[in-house]
Amino acid sequence: MAAPTTTASRPRNSDVAAPTPGLTKRRRRQGSLGRSWWGFLLLAAAALAFIIPLYMLVTTAFKTNAEIYAWPMRFFPSEFTWTNLRTAWEVAPFDAFIKNSVLVTLIGSVAKVTLAVFTAYAFAFLPFPGKKGLFLVMLGALMVPGHVTLLVNYITIGNLGLINTYAGLILPGVASAFGTFLLRQHFMSLPGEVFEAAELDGAGHFRTLRSLVVPMSVPAIATVALVAVIDEWNSFVWPLIITNSVNMRTLPIGLMYLKANDGVTSWGVLMSGTLIVVLPMLLVFLFAQRYIVTGLTGAAAGGGR
Amino acid sequence: MTGLATSKAHSTPRMSATYRKRHRRGVALFALFAFPNLALIAVFAYWPVLENLYLSLTRWDFIGPAPVFIGLENYVQLFTSATFLDVLRITLIWVVVVVGVSLVLGIALASLFSMKLPGTTLVTGIVFAPHVIAGAAIAAVWLFIFDPNYGLARVFFNAVGLNSPSWITDAAWALPALLIVSIWKGVGFVSIVYLAGMQGMPSDVLEAARLDGANRWQLFRRIILPLLSPTTFFLVITQTIGAFQAFDVIAVMTGGGPASATTTLSWFIYDQAFNRSNVGYSAAAGTVMFVLLMAITILQFRFVERKVHY
Repeated sequence: MAAPTTTASRPRNSDVAAPTPGLTKRRRRQGSLGRSWWGFLLLAAAALAFIIPLYMLVTTAFKTNAEIYAWPMRFFPSEFTWTNLRTAWEVAPFDAFIKNSVLVTLIGSVAKVTLAVFTAYAFAFLPFPGKKGLFLVMLGALMVPGHVTLLVNYITIGNLGLINTYAGLILPGVASAFGTFLLRQHFMSLPGEVFEAAELDGAGHFRTLRSLVVPMSVPAIATVALVAVIDEWNSFVWPLIITNSVNMRTLPIGLMYLKANDGVTSWGVLMSGTLIVVLPMLLVFLFAQRYIVTGLTGAAAGGGR
Repeated sequence: MTGLATSKAHSTPRMSATYRKRHRRGVALFALFAFPNLALIAVFAYWPVLENLYLSLTRWDFIGPAPVFIGLENYVQLFTSATFLDVLRITLIWVVVVVGVSLVLGIALASLFSMKLPGTTLVTGIVFAPHVIAGAAIAAVWLFIFDPNYGLARVFFNAVGLNSPSWITDAAWALPALLIVSIWKGVGFVSIVYLAGMQGMPSDVLEAARLDGANRWQLFRRIILPLLSPTTFFLVITQTIGAFQAFDVIAVMTGGGPASATTTLSWFIYDQAFNRSNVGYSAAAGTVMFVLLMAITILQFRFVERKVHY
């Protein structure tokens, strides 16, 4: 009853301007400002503000130097070249950077998710004296700011003799309080009858975990895994301090080698290297946007460790 | 007698022998399942806090046989040095500007997205995308945009008849450049969180206000903004913690310079330890960051507690 009154008392011109005349008061959501041309204009402006830098990245990577260093700017390149990409490989060992990034990301994420799954299962279903307190202690780790731990973790990894090794790169990032927390909450929400049935069947904890809990939690585990992959791939400060030879660097650090001390080797070369860093995560994002957004917004709520 | 009875009741009196065995096995499995993760958390999250506190009371250069205990000297030095006070000033500007502008732009974008125009889903994805890209890569792209001769920023300056400043090498422009990049990277996240907050709003309240004749601005100012205050508080806290620890953008674009124009607390901690080998001094700066962020985190927890109560 209320809705028709609203539209009747409102000026009609917004409805007239709307591209679909069938748009009813019901579809016009609360808090919305109505369909209007300036809404589209703002939306387009927002899209451009975020697309243009990425467009510059992609086109510059494949522009010839003549076009990059032409003024007025050549917004639409007329020539397409692989030269920049080839030069990037000559300036720095990108094979090694890619290999290191892929290895560290894969091993790191698999280890992190595996540990989180086991720990979450333990906190959800297994008895232990002082379990609640232990759980709070684990969650407390979320309050520790990552940047403050760099110095001592560097010393710890040094004492373990792991500086400039894959183990040293991976180990500190494998600890996961937030992923564990997220998965435990999910495990506790699984229907209890299933576990009773499994127990009657004589299934042990390993089997329950492997053939019941994990298959029923694929979306939650995927979320934790995707966030772990993004974090590992993009990680910067830890790989920067813990590796010291060119061949052990990961991609984000590798970019620094395309930047000479007194400036930049060439914008085309730097952009082609940057594209290698950016592209995989953009593709991952394209195909798993929903999981990533829930995961990352949730991770920020917990501090992300 | 009674004490014995209760303690027995507590440990499940009618536990069968097999159940007890299973229970013991469960305790052992818990240790097996959870110990590796908990041990890593202890070593790489809790131990650093304690050891950092100790190191902040010492002088060490990584190479010497052992850290030398010097008491509070590092702290005295920090707070009497003009450089460090400047670092704190730059950090404060960084945090206030990044968090403030991100929130205002974020809520504006979220309002735009909540209009549900065709194409909104796509644009939301585009605006969020920088959040999944490496900060180092974003910094590299913007380094090019800020190139005074061939960068995109020059197009805008020329359009209004000005020469482009040499952003990164000019002490007056370097900090603004970095702030723009940080905001560009983070605002998509803020807008998504705000959008979720808006979608979770009770529509009957908005409907009632609209029936009472509230215009759009009144609706936003008096109803939507107050209803979003928990979201805003959450964002202020998490964005502040993030802004304090911003690093890759600074490392790739300016390395704290020119001079020390972009040296925030996070760069200072890194620079003192890993470029200058002043371990104790860096640890003391780390403690300053820890105390600041802990205060913010406690604020957050108190707020969450209060929210739960009403």
